[in-house]
Amino acid sequence: MSVLQALDLRRRSASAVPPLPAGKPAAVEVAKLIDVSKCIGCKACQAACLEWNQLEQPIGFTDGTYNNPHDLTPTSFTVMRYAEHEESDNLEWLIRKDGCMHCADPGCLKACPSPGAIVQYTNGIVDFISENCIGCGYCVKGCPFNIPRISRVDSKAYKCTLCSDRVVVGEAPACAKACPTHAIVFGTKADMIKHAEARVADLKSRGFQKAGLYDPPGVGGTHVMYVLHHADRPSLYSGLPDDPHISRLVGVWKGVMKPVALAAIALAGAFGLMHYVAKGPNRVSENDERKADEYAHGKGA
Amino acid sequence: MSDDKNAVSRYTTGARINHWITAVSLILLALSGLSLFHPSLFLLTKLFGGGQMTRIIHPWIGVVLAVSFLGLFIRFVSLNFWNRDDTVWMKNLGKVINNQEEGLPELGKYNAGQKLVFWGQSILILLLFCSGIVLWDVYFFDYTSIEQKRVAALAHALCAIAAILIWIVHVYAAIWVKGTLRGMTRGSVSGGWAWKHHRKWFRQEVGKP
Repeated sequence: MSVLQALDLRRRSASAVPPLPAGKPAAVEVAKLIDVSKCIGCKACQAACLEWNQLEQPIGFTDGTYNNPHDLTPTSFTVMRYAEHEESDNLEWLIRKDGCMHCADPGCLKACPSPGAIVQYTNGIVDFISENCIGCGYCVKGCPFNIPRISRVDSKAYKCTLCSDRVVVGEAPACAKACPTHAIVFGTKADMIKHAEARVADLKSRGFQKAGLYDPPGVGGTHVMYVLHHADRPSLYSGLPDDPHISRLVGVWKGVMKPVALAAIALAGAFGLMHYVAKGPNRVSENDERKADEYAHGKGA
Repeated sequence: MSDDKNAVSRYTTGARINHWITAVSLILLALSGLSLFHPSLFLLTKLFGGGQMTRIIHPWIGVVLAVSFLGLFIRFVSLNFWNRDDTVWMKNLGKVINNQEEGLPELGKYNAGQKLVFWGQSILILLLFCSGIVLWDVYFFDYTSIEQKRVAALAHALCAIAAILIWIVHVYAAIWVKGTLRGMTRGSVSGGWAWKHHRKWFRQEVGKP
């Protein structure tokens, strides 16, 4: 997906982004709000996603649950995950629409080694630019939400684009457009937070004391947010991370290690050169050759 | 034995070919690996036909290196066990670096520095091979968790940098100590070289019928 012409960049993988031209304001940050308490699990969002992105999910097999397909795939950018949760004699069916969270601090982009294969627009959307993708799978390791999937067909990474190609022309993402209960809404991030506050207040008034907004600060906040009835326990919702952050392993690998490693290599080379200049080569003397000769002949005699 | 009368045979033709296959694959691995390690070096992917090709080819070169290095390991492992003279030699490393190795113990085929290079690369290449398999998504994606892949990615990078540093020491030593390189190109060293650097080994070679 590439809408580079129309959207300004905030970040670009493995490369720097020039500042916006003088006087040009950054785009307003957008967000998708998924109100889990309103979701009826109809999968209209999944269907709309396939349709808009012109994708086809190959027919699989059922595992006895409603999860279908079982997991995100290179062609299914979003899946509904169904969890049964029992609490004080109540059975709750917690249905969460899973997909890219469009982190403000994207782990995929941090991990990506290919310049421009992953970009973040000034509106907050994180997008994979397929033509630059080399299929290394580093984004999979960088992502705290386990979202990117590498295609077996073209060895490129795929995930939700937040319909960047719709957003750029002022349309809401296909999933939000298709949702029959308005569980998925789309707008500026500020508006979505305000909308979520009203929803949380409503849920609290109906007994969900721990209702809240999921906008995890560990990744700088996200541009896909959830309203959860149990915001104190996000992991109830099919393993939504309680406190997501970019793995420390990835942080070291993609942070301090890069300059330190190159400096170490450069220093080793420089040390060799300086040693040669200061101490000179280690040569075999005539004396050594003579002694070796004598020893060899002495032995032979 | 080759052209000059005092030459001492050091490496067989098989060992030399084995060494140079390892050397070329290690250099190609370092270039392709570094290209995916640091954005400033991404342009090195062009040497391999672009990013996708680099990603495809790197692990296969790794397989060549692993097999080739295993050959070197089997050839040389018995000559690389540590002994008391190696400890003495290491304690006098300062003298060695200052080109004043007179008075140090007589050495067998390898000195302590060469043995450390041997064992360092042996351990690192084993670790690189194992972590590389974990990162080889095309064939092995399903066998490990994402957290294990993260550990592998960091370990692979750390081991690769360490191996490159050891490689620099190895190459520099061959440049610094004159007369060494011909052992790996023509297979023999001069008698004087063997006398100066590996006298115990020289005595054994001369003693052979």
